[in-house]
Amino acid sequence: MTPDEPLVRWDWVVNHTGEIGFRVGEHLELTAIAVGVGLVIAFALAFAAVRLPALYPPITLFTGILYTIPSLALFAFLVPYTGLSVLTAEIGLVSYTLLILIRNIVSGIRSVPADVLEAARGMGYTPRQILWRIELPLALAVIFAGIRVATITTIGLVTVTALIGEGGLGYFILLGMQQLFSTPLLVGAIGSIAFAIVADAALVLLQRALTPWTRLA
Amino acid sequence: MTLLGDVARWFADPANWQGPHGIPVRVLEHIELSGLAVAVAVAIAMPVALYLGHVGRGGFIAINVANIGRALPSLALLAFGLIIAISVGLGLGFWPTMFALVPLAIPPIVTNTFVAVRQVDRDVVDAARGMGLAERQILARIEVPLGLPLMLDGIRTAAVNVVATATLGALVAGGALGRFIVDGFALREYDQLVGGALLVALLAIVTEITFGALARASAPRGMTVER
Repeated sequence: MTPDEPLVRWDWVVNHTGEIGFRVGEHLELTAIAVGVGLVIAFALAFAAVRLPALYPPITLFTGILYTIPSLALFAFLVPYTGLSVLTAEIGLVSYTLLILIRNIVSGIRSVPADVLEAARGMGYTPRQILWRIELPLALAVIFAGIRVATITTIGLVTVTALIGEGGLGYFILLGMQQLFSTPLLVGAIGSIAFAIVADAALVLLQRALTPWTRLA
Repeated sequence: MTLLGDVARWFADPANWQGPHGIPVRVLEHIELSGLAVAVAVAIAMPVALYLGHVGRGGFIAINVANIGRALPSLALLAFGLIIAISVGLGLGFWPTMFALVPLAIPPIVTNTFVAVRQVDRDVVDAARGMGLAERQILARIEVPLGLPLMLDGIRTAAVNVVATATLGALVAGGALGRFIVDGFALREYDQLVGGALLVALLAIVTEITFGALARASAPRGMTVER
Protein backbone atom coordinates (compact mmCIF):
# COMPACT_ATOMS: atom_id res chain seq x y z
CA MET A 1 0.00 0.00 0.00
CA THR A 2 1.59 3.20 -1.21
CA PRO A 3 0.10 6.70 -1.31
CA ASP A 4 -0.12 6.75 -5.09
CA GLU A 5 -1.94 3.44 -5.25
CA PRO A 6 -5.77 3.51 -5.32
CA LEU A 7 -7.66 1.90 -2.44
CA VAL A 8 -9.35 -0.53 -4.78
CA ARG A 9 -7.80 -1.73 -8.01
CA TRP A 10 -10.85 -2.74 -9.97
CA ASP A 11 -8.77 -4.52 -12.61
CA TRP A 12 -7.60 -6.92 -9.86
CA VAL A 13 -11.21 -7.56 -8.84
CA VAL A 14 -12.27 -8.19 -12.45
CA ASN A 15 -9.31 -10.53 -13.02
CA HIS A 16 -10.15 -12.53 -9.91
CA THR A 17 -13.94 -12.89 -10.24
CA GLY A 18 -13.58 -16.63 -10.72
CA GLU A 19 -11.57 -17.05 -7.55
CA ILE A 20 -13.87 -14.72 -5.61
CA GLY A 21 -16.81 -16.89 -6.65
CA PHE A 22 -14.95 -20.02 -5.55
CA ARG A 23 -14.14 -18.50 -2.14
CA VAL A 24 -17.74 -17.39 -1.61
CA GLY A 25 -18.79 -21.00 -2.27
CA GLU A 26 -16.17 -22.27 0.17
CA HIS A 27 -17.35 -19.76 2.78
CA LEU A 28 -20.95 -20.90 2.33
CA GLU A 29 -19.99 -24.55 2.56
CA LEU A 30 -17.86 -24.17 5.70
CA THR A 31 -20.64 -22.13 7.35
CA ALA A 32 -23.48 -24.48 6.37
CA ILE A 33 -21.64 -27.59 7.58
CA ALA A 34 -20.70 -25.93 10.88
CA VAL A 35 -24.21 -24.66 11.66
CA GLY A 36 -25.80 -27.92 10.44
CA VAL A 37 -23.58 -30.19 12.51
CA GLY A 38 -23.80 -27.73 15.41
CA LEU A 39 -27.60 -27.91 15.30
CA VAL A 40 -27.63 -31.72 15.38
CA ILE A 41 -25.29 -31.85 18.39
CA ALA A 42 -27.06 -28.94 20.11
CA PHE A 43 -30.50 -30.53 19.72
CA ALA A 44 -29.24 -33.82 21.12
CA LEU A 45 -27.66 -32.13 24.16
CA ALA A 46 -30.61 -29.75 24.63
CA PHE A 47 -33.16 -32.60 24.60
CA ALA A 48 -31.02 -34.43 27.14
CA ALA A 49 -30.89 -31.30 29.30
CA VAL A 50 -34.66 -30.80 29.10
CA ARG A 51 -35.28 -34.40 30.20
CA LEU A 52 -32.58 -34.33 32.89
CA PRO A 53 -32.24 -30.73 34.13
CA ALA A 54 -29.20 -31.75 36.21
CA LEU A 55 -27.26 -32.11 32.93
CA TYR A 56 -27.83 -28.51 31.90
CA PRO A 57 -25.24 -26.74 34.12
CA PRO A 58 -22.33 -29.02 33.14
CA ILE A 59 -23.30 -28.78 29.44
CA THR A 60 -23.36 -24.97 29.51
CA LEU A 61 -20.14 -24.88 31.53
CA PHE A 62 -18.30 -27.06 29.01
CA THR A 63 -19.66 -25.32 25.91
CA GLY A 64 -19.04 -22.00 27.66
CA ILE A 65 -15.37 -22.83 28.09
CA LEU A 66 -15.19 -23.85 24.41
CA TYR A 67 -16.83 -20.55 23.48
CA THR A 68 -14.33 -18.55 25.55
CA ILE A 69 -11.21 -20.09 23.99
CA PRO A 70 -10.00 -17.70 21.27
CA SER A 71 -10.56 -19.11 17.79
CA LEU A 72 -6.93 -18.93 16.75
CA ALA A 73 -5.91 -20.81 19.90
CA LEU A 74 -8.53 -23.51 19.36
CA PHE A 75 -7.32 -24.08 15.80
CA ALA A 76 -3.76 -24.17 17.09
CA PHE A 77 -4.65 -26.92 19.57
CA LEU A 78 -6.21 -29.02 16.82
CA VAL A 79 -3.63 -28.65 14.05
CA PRO A 80 -1.04 -31.05 15.55
CA TYR A 81 -3.74 -33.75 15.58
CA THR A 82 -5.99 -33.09 12.60
CA GLY A 83 -3.58 -31.10 10.43
CA LEU A 84 -4.32 -28.16 8.15
CA SER A 85 -7.67 -29.53 7.06
CA VAL A 86 -11.39 -28.91 6.69
CA LEU A 87 -11.86 -31.20 9.69
CA THR A 88 -9.78 -28.89 11.91
CA ALA A 89 -11.76 -25.88 10.70
CA GLU A 90 -15.12 -27.58 11.27
CA ILE A 91 -14.30 -28.91 14.75
CA GLY A 92 -13.47 -25.35 15.78
CA LEU A 93 -16.44 -23.76 14.02
CA VAL A 94 -18.94 -26.30 15.38
CA SER A 95 -17.58 -25.82 18.93
CA TYR A 96 -18.43 -22.13 18.80
CA THR A 97 -22.04 -22.68 17.70
CA LEU A 98 -22.91 -25.04 20.57
CA LEU A 99 -23.31 -22.65 23.52
CA ILE A 100 -25.59 -20.24 21.64
CA LEU A 101 -27.70 -22.98 20.06
CA ILE A 102 -28.12 -25.10 23.21
CA ARG A 103 -29.03 -22.09 25.33
CA ASN A 104 -31.69 -20.95 22.89
CA ILE A 105 -33.16 -24.40 22.29
CA VAL A 106 -33.45 -25.09 26.03
CA SER A 107 -34.87 -21.68 26.93
CA GLY A 108 -37.23 -21.88 23.95
CA ILE A 109 -38.61 -25.22 25.11
CA ARG A 110 -38.79 -24.07 28.71
CA SER A 111 -40.70 -20.92 27.71
CA VAL A 112 -43.71 -22.91 26.52
CA PRO A 113 -46.55 -22.03 28.95
CA ALA A 114 -47.47 -24.72 31.46
CA ASP A 115 -51.18 -24.40 30.58
CA VAL A 116 -50.44 -25.32 26.99
CA LEU A 117 -48.56 -28.43 28.07
CA GLU A 118 -51.34 -29.29 30.49
CA ALA A 119 -53.93 -28.95 27.74
CA ALA A 120 -51.86 -31.15 25.40
CA ARG A 121 -51.48 -33.78 28.07
CA GLY A 122 -55.22 -33.62 28.77
CA MET A 123 -55.89 -34.18 25.07
CA GLY A 124 -53.89 -37.39 25.29
CA TYR A 125 -50.60 -36.31 23.64
CA THR A 126 -47.66 -38.55 24.44
CA PRO A 127 -44.40 -36.89 25.66
CA ARG A 128 -42.91 -37.43 22.20
CA GLN A 129 -45.90 -35.79 20.52
CA ILE A 130 -45.75 -32.90 22.99
CA LEU A 131 -42.09 -32.34 22.10
CA TRP A 132 -42.53 -32.41 18.33
CA ARG A 133 -46.01 -30.87 17.94
CA ILE A 134 -46.20 -28.41 20.84
CA GLU A 135 -42.84 -27.54 22.37
CA LEU A 136 -40.65 -27.32 19.27
CA PRO A 137 -43.07 -25.29 17.11
CA LEU A 138 -43.67 -22.85 19.98
CA ALA A 139 -39.93 -22.65 20.71
CA LEU A 140 -39.07 -22.04 17.06
CA ALA A 141 -38.83 -18.24 17.35
CA VAL A 142 -36.28 -18.44 20.17
CA ILE A 143 -34.40 -21.27 18.44
CA PHE A 144 -34.23 -19.22 15.26
CA ALA A 145 -32.83 -16.27 17.16
CA GLY A 146 -30.03 -18.63 18.23
CA ILE A 147 -29.49 -19.95 14.71
CA ARG A 148 -29.16 -16.39 13.41
CA VAL A 149 -26.52 -15.46 16.00
CA ALA A 150 -24.66 -18.74 15.46
CA THR A 151 -24.66 -18.27 11.68
CA ILE A 152 -23.40 -14.69 11.80
CA THR A 153 -20.70 -15.64 14.30
CA THR A 154 -19.64 -18.61 12.19
CA ILE A 155 -19.40 -16.52 9.01
CA GLY A 156 -16.99 -14.25 10.87
CA LEU A 157 -14.96 -17.12 12.27
CA VAL A 158 -14.66 -18.83 8.89
CA THR A 159 -12.38 -15.96 7.84
CA VAL A 160 -9.94 -16.94 10.61
CA THR A 161 -9.66 -20.47 9.19
CA ALA A 162 -7.66 -18.89 6.36
CA LEU A 163 -4.69 -19.45 8.68
CA ILE A 164 -5.16 -23.18 8.47
CA GLY A 165 -5.58 -23.20 4.71
CA GLU A 166 -9.37 -22.79 4.43
CA GLY A 167 -11.00 -19.46 5.06
CA GLY A 168 -13.46 -18.67 2.27
CA LEU A 169 -13.30 -14.91 1.83
CA GLY A 170 -10.81 -14.78 4.72
CA TYR A 171 -8.25 -16.06 2.22
CA PHE A 172 -8.27 -12.63 0.55
CA ILE A 173 -7.83 -10.85 3.90
CA LEU A 174 -4.78 -12.96 4.72
CA LEU A 175 -3.40 -12.42 1.21
CA GLY A 176 -3.87 -8.66 1.59
CA MET A 177 -2.08 -8.71 4.94
CA GLN A 178 0.86 -10.65 3.54
CA GLN A 179 1.22 -8.42 0.48
CA LEU A 180 0.04 -5.19 2.19
CA PHE A 181 -2.39 -4.84 -0.70
CA SER A 182 -5.68 -3.08 0.11
CA THR A 183 -7.80 -4.49 -2.73
CA PRO A 184 -7.96 -8.11 -1.49
CA LEU A 185 -8.21 -6.83 2.11
CA LEU A 186 -11.38 -4.95 1.18
CA VAL A 187 -12.76 -7.75 -1.00
CA GLY A 188 -12.41 -10.20 1.89
CA ALA A 189 -13.58 -7.89 4.66
CA ILE A 190 -16.54 -6.29 2.89
CA GLY A 191 -17.41 -9.60 1.23
CA SER A 192 -17.66 -11.47 4.53
CA ILE A 193 -19.74 -8.70 6.14
CA ALA A 194 -22.09 -8.62 3.14
CA PHE A 195 -22.33 -12.39 3.30
CA ALA A 196 -23.33 -12.24 6.99
CA ILE A 197 -26.03 -9.65 6.26
CA VAL A 198 -27.47 -11.66 3.35
CA ALA A 199 -27.41 -14.90 5.37
CA ASP A 200 -29.20 -13.21 8.27
CA ALA A 201 -31.90 -11.83 5.96
CA ALA A 202 -32.35 -15.28 4.41
CA LEU A 203 -32.81 -16.82 7.86
CA VAL A 204 -35.44 -14.21 8.77
CA LEU A 205 -37.38 -15.12 5.62
CA LEU A 206 -37.02 -18.82 6.40
CA GLN A 207 -38.28 -18.29 9.92
CA ARG A 208 -41.35 -16.44 8.63
CA ALA A 209 -42.09 -19.25 6.22
CA LEU A 210 -41.78 -21.85 9.00
CA THR A 211 -43.90 -19.99 11.55
CA PRO A 212 -46.88 -18.64 9.57
CA TRP A 213 -48.95 -18.22 12.76
CA THR A 214 -46.70 -15.46 14.05
CA ARG A 215 -47.64 -13.27 11.10
CA LEU A 216 -51.30 -13.12 12.12
CA ALA A 217 -50.58 -10.97 15.14
CA MET B 1 1.76 -38.15 23.72
CA THR B 2 5.01 -36.64 22.50
CA LEU B 3 3.41 -33.30 21.72
CA LEU B 4 2.44 -32.76 25.36
CA GLY B 5 6.04 -33.50 26.32
CA ASP B 6 7.29 -31.01 23.73
CA VAL B 7 4.92 -28.36 25.04
CA ALA B 8 5.98 -29.03 28.62
CA ARG B 9 9.64 -28.74 27.55
CA TRP B 10 8.82 -25.49 25.74
CA PHE B 11 7.39 -24.07 28.97
CA ALA B 12 10.32 -25.45 31.01
CA ASP B 13 13.00 -23.98 28.73
CA PRO B 14 14.42 -20.90 30.53
CA ALA B 15 15.31 -19.35 27.16
CA ASN B 16 11.60 -18.94 26.44
CA TRP B 17 11.17 -16.85 29.57
CA GLN B 18 13.86 -14.27 28.83
CA GLY B 19 14.41 -11.30 26.61
CA PRO B 20 12.09 -9.17 24.48
CA HIS B 21 10.48 -12.25 22.89
CA GLY B 22 10.01 -14.23 26.10
CA ILE B 23 6.74 -15.39 27.57
CA PRO B 24 6.48 -12.69 30.31
CA VAL B 25 7.01 -9.89 27.78
CA ARG B 26 4.43 -11.34 25.39
CA VAL B 27 1.89 -11.80 28.18
CA LEU B 28 2.40 -8.20 29.31
CA GLU B 29 2.09 -6.96 25.72
CA HIS B 30 -1.16 -8.85 25.39
CA ILE B 31 -2.60 -7.45 28.63
CA GLU B 32 -1.41 -3.94 27.79
CA LEU B 33 -2.90 -3.98 24.30
CA SER B 34 -6.20 -5.49 25.48
CA GLY B 35 -6.49 -3.26 28.54
CA LEU B 36 -5.84 -0.12 26.53
CA ALA B 37 -8.37 -1.10 23.85
CA VAL B 38 -11.08 -1.83 26.42
CA ALA B 39 -10.30 1.40 28.31
CA VAL B 40 -10.62 3.48 25.13
CA ALA B 41 -13.84 1.70 24.22
CA VAL B 42 -15.27 2.33 27.70
CA ALA B 43 -14.28 6.01 27.50
CA ILE B 44 -16.07 6.35 24.15
CA ALA B 45 -19.10 4.13 24.67
CA MET B 46 -20.04 4.54 28.30
CA PRO B 47 -20.88 8.28 28.47
CA VAL B 48 -23.03 8.02 25.33
CA ALA B 49 -24.85 4.90 26.55
CA LEU B 50 -25.37 6.32 30.06
CA TYR B 51 -26.88 9.48 28.60
CA LEU B 52 -29.13 7.60 26.18
CA GLY B 53 -30.19 5.21 28.92
CA HIS B 54 -30.96 8.02 31.33
CA VAL B 55 -33.12 10.01 28.91
CA GLY B 56 -34.53 6.78 27.45
CA ARG B 57 -33.77 7.61 23.83
CA GLY B 58 -32.08 5.77 21.02
CA GLY B 59 -33.02 2.38 22.43
CA PHE B 60 -33.43 0.73 19.06
CA ILE B 61 -29.93 1.72 17.96
CA ALA B 62 -28.33 1.06 21.36
CA ILE B 63 -29.74 -2.45 21.49
CA ASN B 64 -29.11 -3.35 17.87
CA VAL B 65 -25.56 -2.07 17.77
CA ALA B 66 -24.56 -5.34 19.46
CA ASN B 67 -26.07 -7.32 16.60
CA ILE B 68 -24.29 -5.15 14.07
CA GLY B 69 -21.07 -5.67 16.05
CA ARG B 70 -21.45 -9.42 15.78
CA ALA B 71 -21.68 -9.20 12.00
CA LEU B 72 -18.27 -7.51 11.90
CA PRO B 73 -15.77 -10.37 11.72
CA SER B 74 -12.66 -9.71 13.80
CA LEU B 75 -10.34 -10.44 10.88
CA ALA B 76 -12.31 -7.99 8.70
CA LEU B 77 -11.92 -5.33 11.40
CA LEU B 78 -8.20 -6.00 11.42
CA ALA B 79 -8.15 -5.60 7.64
CA PHE B 80 -9.83 -2.19 7.96
CA GLY B 81 -7.50 -1.31 10.84
CA LEU B 82 -4.48 -2.14 8.68
CA ILE B 83 -5.69 0.01 5.78
CA ILE B 84 -6.43 2.95 8.09
CA ALA B 85 -3.15 2.67 10.01
CA ILE B 86 -1.06 2.52 6.86
CA SER B 87 -2.90 5.31 5.08
CA VAL B 88 -2.39 7.68 8.03
CA GLY B 89 1.23 6.56 8.34
CA LEU B 90 1.07 4.70 11.67
CA GLY B 91 2.58 1.55 10.22
CA LEU B 92 2.20 -2.06 11.26
CA GLY B 93 1.78 -3.84 14.56
CA PHE B 94 0.25 -1.89 17.42
CA TRP B 95 -1.97 0.65 15.66
CA PRO B 96 -3.76 -1.58 13.12
CA THR B 97 -4.58 -3.95 15.99
CA MET B 98 -5.81 -1.08 18.16
CA PHE B 99 -8.03 0.20 15.35
CA ALA B 100 -9.57 -3.26 15.13
CA LEU B 101 -9.99 -3.86 18.86
CA VAL B 102 -11.72 -0.62 19.88
CA PRO B 103 -14.68 -0.95 17.46
CA LEU B 104 -14.95 -4.59 18.48
CA ALA B 105 -15.26 -3.65 22.16
CA ILE B 106 -17.76 -0.79 21.79
CA PRO B 107 -21.04 -2.61 20.85
CA PRO B 108 -21.41 -4.87 23.93
CA ILE B 109 -20.53 -1.96 26.22
CA VAL B 110 -23.12 0.33 24.60
CA THR B 111 -25.89 -2.27 24.66
CA ASN B 112 -25.30 -3.48 28.21
CA THR B 113 -24.86 0.00 29.67
CA PHE B 114 -28.04 1.21 27.99
CA VAL B 115 -30.04 -1.79 29.20
CA ALA B 116 -28.45 -1.53 32.67
CA VAL B 117 -29.75 2.03 33.08
CA ARG B 118 -33.16 1.34 31.54
CA GLN B 119 -33.87 -1.73 33.65
CA VAL B 120 -33.63 0.24 36.89
CA ASP B 121 -37.11 0.32 38.42
CA ARG B 122 -38.82 3.53 37.23
CA ASP B 123 -40.55 3.86 40.63
CA VAL B 124 -37.15 4.11 42.29
CA VAL B 125 -36.08 6.81 39.82
CA ASP B 126 -39.34 8.70 40.33
CA ALA B 127 -38.93 8.48 44.10
CA ALA B 128 -35.40 9.89 43.79
CA ARG B 129 -36.69 12.71 41.60
CA GLY B 130 -39.44 13.39 44.16
CA MET B 131 -36.82 13.58 46.89
CA GLY B 132 -35.20 16.39 44.96
CA LEU B 133 -32.20 14.64 43.40
CA ALA B 134 -30.88 16.33 40.29
CA GLU B 135 -30.78 14.33 37.06
CA ARG B 136 -27.02 13.96 37.34
CA GLN B 137 -27.39 12.67 40.91
CA ILE B 138 -30.07 10.21 39.84
CA LEU B 139 -27.68 8.82 37.25
CA ALA B 140 -24.67 8.71 39.58
CA ARG B 141 -26.36 7.54 42.79
CA ILE B 142 -29.29 5.43 41.59
CA GLU B 143 -28.97 4.23 38.04
CA VAL B 144 -25.24 3.49 37.88
CA PRO B 145 -25.00 1.58 41.18
CA LEU B 146 -28.10 -0.49 40.40
CA GLY B 147 -26.99 -1.12 36.83
CA LEU B 148 -23.35 -1.81 37.63
CA PRO B 149 -23.48 -5.62 37.45
CA LEU B 150 -25.01 -5.50 33.98
CA MET B 151 -22.57 -2.79 32.85
CA LEU B 152 -19.61 -4.87 34.02
CA ASP B 153 -21.11 -7.85 32.22
CA GLY B 154 -20.93 -5.85 28.99
CA ILE B 155 -17.31 -4.94 29.67
CA ARG B 156 -16.64 -8.63 30.33
CA THR B 157 -18.00 -9.60 26.92
CA ALA B 158 -15.94 -6.84 25.32
CA ALA B 159 -12.77 -7.78 27.22
CA VAL B 160 -12.99 -11.48 26.37
CA ASN B 161 -13.52 -10.62 22.69
CA VAL B 162 -10.62 -8.20 22.76
CA VAL B 163 -8.24 -10.67 24.44
CA ALA B 164 -9.17 -13.26 21.80
CA THR B 165 -8.80 -10.87 18.89
CA ALA B 166 -5.58 -9.26 20.11
CA THR B 167 -4.06 -12.60 19.12
CA LEU B 168 -4.69 -11.75 15.47
CA GLY B 169 -2.45 -8.70 15.80
CA ALA B 170 0.52 -10.96 15.12
CA LEU B 171 -0.75 -11.24 11.52
CA VAL B 172 0.03 -7.56 10.99
CA ALA B 173 3.45 -7.84 12.60
CA GLY B 174 2.23 -7.11 16.10
CA GLY B 175 3.61 -8.65 19.28
CA ALA B 176 1.57 -10.16 22.10
CA LEU B 177 0.73 -13.83 22.48
CA GLY B 178 -0.46 -14.27 18.90
CA ARG B 179 3.22 -14.13 17.94
CA PHE B 180 3.78 -17.66 19.31
CA ILE B 181 0.78 -19.01 17.41
CA VAL B 182 1.47 -17.28 14.11
CA ASP B 183 5.19 -18.12 14.26
CA GLY B 184 4.34 -21.65 15.36
CA PHE B 185 2.15 -22.07 12.27
CA ALA B 186 4.72 -20.51 9.96
CA LEU B 187 7.68 -22.51 11.30
CA ARG B 188 5.61 -25.66 11.99
CA GLU B 189 6.89 -25.56 15.56
CA TYR B 190 4.03 -27.25 17.32
CA ASP B 191 5.46 -26.79 20.82
CA GLN B 192 5.48 -23.02 20.38
CA LEU B 193 2.08 -23.13 18.63
CA VAL B 194 0.31 -25.10 21.35
CA GLY B 195 2.19 -23.32 24.14
CA GLY B 196 1.06 -19.94 22.81
CA ALA B 197 -2.49 -21.22 22.34
CA LEU B 198 -2.55 -22.43 25.95
CA LEU B 199 -1.43 -19.02 27.21
CA VAL B 200 -4.07 -17.18 25.16
CA ALA B 201 -6.84 -19.57 26.19
CA LEU B 202 -5.82 -19.22 29.82
CA LEU B 203 -5.77 -15.42 29.60
CA ALA B 204 -9.23 -15.39 28.02
CA ILE B 205 -10.65 -17.66 30.71
CA VAL B 206 -9.03 -15.62 33.50
CA THR B 207 -10.51 -12.44 31.97
CA GLU B 208 -13.95 -14.04 31.82
CA ILE B 209 -13.78 -15.25 35.43
CA THR B 210 -12.35 -11.98 36.79
CA PHE B 211 -15.00 -9.77 35.21
CA GLY B 212 -17.72 -12.26 36.14
CA ALA B 213 -16.61 -12.08 39.77
CA LEU B 214 -16.42 -8.27 39.58
CA ALA B 215 -19.96 -8.12 38.20
CA ARG B 216 -21.27 -10.27 41.03
CA ALA B 217 -19.33 -8.37 43.68
CA SER B 218 -20.55 -5.02 42.35
CA ALA B 219 -24.19 -5.74 43.08
CA PRO B 220 -25.51 -3.53 45.88
CA ARG B 221 -26.50 -5.40 49.01
CA GLY B 222 -29.95 -6.93 48.77
CA MET B 223 -29.73 -7.28 45.01
CA THR B 224 -29.07 -10.67 43.49
CA VAL B 225 -27.42 -11.09 40.14
CA GLU B 226 -28.57 -13.79 37.82
CA ARG B 227 -26.10 -16.10 36.07
